[in-house]
Amino acid sequence: MEWTFIDSWIIVTGILSAMSCALLGNYLVLRRMSMMGDAISHAVLPGLAIAFLVSGSRDSLPMLVGAVGVGVLTAVLIQAIGKLSGLDQGASMGVIFTTLFALGLILIRQAADHVDLDPGCVLYGAIELTPLDVYTLFGWEIPRAAVTNGIMLLVNVLFVVFFFKELRITSFDPALATTMGFNAGVMHYVLMALVAATTIAAFESVGSILVIAMLIVPAATAHLLTDRLVAMLAISLVVAALSAVLGHLGAITIPTWIGFRDTSTAGMMAVAVGVLFLAVFLFAPRHGIIGRMVAQGLLTLRVNRDDILGMLYRVQELSGQRSPAVKTDDLRKALLTGGWVNLALADLLRTRMVRRTLEGVVLTESGLSSAANLIRSHRLWESYLCGQMGFCDAEAHYSAHQLEHVTDEAMQERLKRAANYPTLDPHRKAIP
Amino acid sequence: MSNLSEFENIADAGQETAPIWINDLTVAYHRKPVLWDVNLVLPEGKLVAVIGPNGAGKSTLIKAILGLVPKATGDIRIYGRSYEAQRRLVGYVPQRESVDWDFPVSATDVVAMGLYGKIGWLKPVSRRHREQAVEELRKVGMEAYADRQISQLSGGQQQRVFLARALAQDAQVYFMDEPFAGVDVATEKAIVALLKELKTAGKTCVVVHHDLQTVTTYFDHVVLLNMRVVAAGPVEEVFTEENLKKTYGGKLTLLSQALHKYAQQPGIGTGGAKGGHR
Ligand SMILES: Nc1ncnc2c1ncn2[C@@H]1O[C@H](COP(=O)(O)OP(=O)(O)OP(=O)(O)O)[C@@H](O)[C@H]1O
Ligand SMILES: [Mg+2]
Repeated sequence: MEWTFIDSWIIVTGILSAMSCALLGNYLVLRRMSMMGDAISHAVLPGLAIAFLVSGSRDSLPMLVGAVGVGVLTAVLIQAIGKLSGLDQGASMGVIFTTLFALGLILIRQAADHVDLDPGCVLYGAIELTPLDVYTLFGWEIPRAAVTNGIMLLVNVLFVVFFFKELRITSFDPALATTMGFNAGVMHYVLMALVAATTIAAFESVGSILVIAMLIVPAATAHLLTDRLVAMLAISLVVAALSAVLGHLGAITIPTWIGFRDTSTAGMMAVAVGVLFLAVFLFAPRHGIIGRMVAQGLLTLRVNRDDILGMLYRVQELSGQRSPAVKTDDLRKALLTGGWVNLALADLLRTRMVRRTLEGVVLTESGLSSAANLIRSHRLWESYLCGQMGFCDAEAHYSAHQLEHVTDEAMQERLKRAANYPTLDPHRKAIP
Repeated sequence: MSNLSEFENIADAGQETAPIWINDLTVAYHRKPVLWDVNLVLPEGKLVAVIGPNGAGKSTLIKAILGLVPKATGDIRIYGRSYEAQRRLVGYVPQRESVDWDFPVSATDVVAMGLYGKIGWLKPVSRRHREQAVEELRKVGMEAYADRQISQLSGGQQQRVFLARALAQDAQVYFMDEPFAGVDVATEKAIVALLKELKTAGKTCVVVHHDLQTVTTYFDHVVLLNMRVVAAGPVEEVFTEENLKKTYGGKLTLLSQALHKYAQQPGIGTGGAKGGHR
């Protein structure tokens, strides 16, 4: 397969449309109205159809006017139905956008008889064909779709940059914003109008159904990765661009591996962005599932290491010998954490905290000092909890047992001071 | 109703000077009135508690004053003029549940929002504004959390952030909706200290409050509300057993039933909510 200028233009158009959708999508996600994007992208269909019928052409301007008009109308209707009927927003959206979408389908069938328009292209997009329909700009031949989406992206970027603060406050706290004179309602309708326009600009490339993926998924992905608004906007743009590139590459390569010709780029873009979301969902450092599991696992490992050290120390204390050996089986029985003991033990051996002898495992020098440190924390906590806070029962032992894992030197100093520099813990054991 | 109010200028006193002057205010959601014929004049430089049972319309009263819900009838003035003309004199602390704490903003970002009114449309938040926001956080003991994303704050800390934001608004009149809800003793003390400070600076604070035990110690003035104003005035005069019974007791169910019937009469709605803007 050969790379042609057509492929380049497909990717450029894809990137531009994906980014212009994703940018506004952030505000839909943050306002918890992701479905509003869905509603508007479907509901603009009759606007398009009317524009086709009235203008008799596929010119961008009438389409844009039609879409923005119907887009704002949709937002107004959804609001009004919700208010008047007491239905929740989801239900009133469902009522409005399905009705408008159906109306749009009927009108488009009508329009298709008069205008050269393929309903399938409206629904699924025809990004593969966009490079063939060109403008000549300063002697360059530029696909019309790339120009439209480029302009839309520019408009959206300017909107987000200039109204950054207004968008932020009306999204976060519309009531306060309104009391300050930043009318949250007006901002809502402006945003909806832009979403409608963006959808129209993008529908040629990704289709009116898949446009929802570009509105919501990049923003949702970015939200998992950061808790700063600017970073979220930036990441969503990167994700959008990446999915356009991966989408087209996927569309022209993956099917050939299994013996088919290439497939729809728009569909592959939606798949790509879905895959990116899934990857982030699983692997994001803080919010990702795997990240959380790994963090949890590391913590469990550390607790087990600490517990083994503590146990070896206590055995040594009781036996009075220097570095007595303890059988690994005994450790396992005492700690009851199954396979974690093996892992923790392996880690202790690796870091030379313990050593294996014929009779079992023994503490090394550095192991001994770490163990003493842990026991110090534990007993200081017990002294503090019993002496200063009056918890002297078994519960205090359990608390101390948990707290010892997170106690550093500074904390030990403060505990010592608070507990008046104790030398024995409440069970009359020496504090090392 | 709205015609009558023009003749019924009972509460004329303070119309020009009082921080808050309300005449014949009625608010309805759909067709059910939730505030009925509210007349209220609040004095300057006082801490005012608004108390009443759940659903009494306390939040609605504040929202109506701030123009967040339309009024069916009535006239509201802030220092003698309409709210729209006096925005900059007013600070607002909404109920904590009213915002999405997962929003990707830091404590400083939220506090800086209090400055947006002053900054004005289209101008960006500058470094100086952010410094001022951190300064306001310091006043509520939260400077250590300035860069934290707000969902990683405890409930009491979130409330402090909201207060810092109100301080940033640098208003003359503050409306606070349940700032004491779900906070611990330390935060409660901090909030009270802050209220006292605001009072010393001559500001008026209208605070929705639920703890009847502390009304006399924290506040100078009290408004007892249950769909209508049961009583309003200095705490020592109106915070009486009898008034509390009237506010929280069973008698008002009769009134609310009557109003409910009234709402079902044909030809009565929330339309014509245009009164009052001048
Ligand atoms: N958006 C709304 N739509 C319809 N009814 C509402 C709306 N908001 C409040 N109400 C009704 O108005 C009445 C007053 O509500 P409001 O929130 O003002 O009470 P409140 O005194 O603040 O109560 P709480 O102590 O529970 O905060 C209630 O009966 C409530 O059901
Ligand atoms: Mg309330």
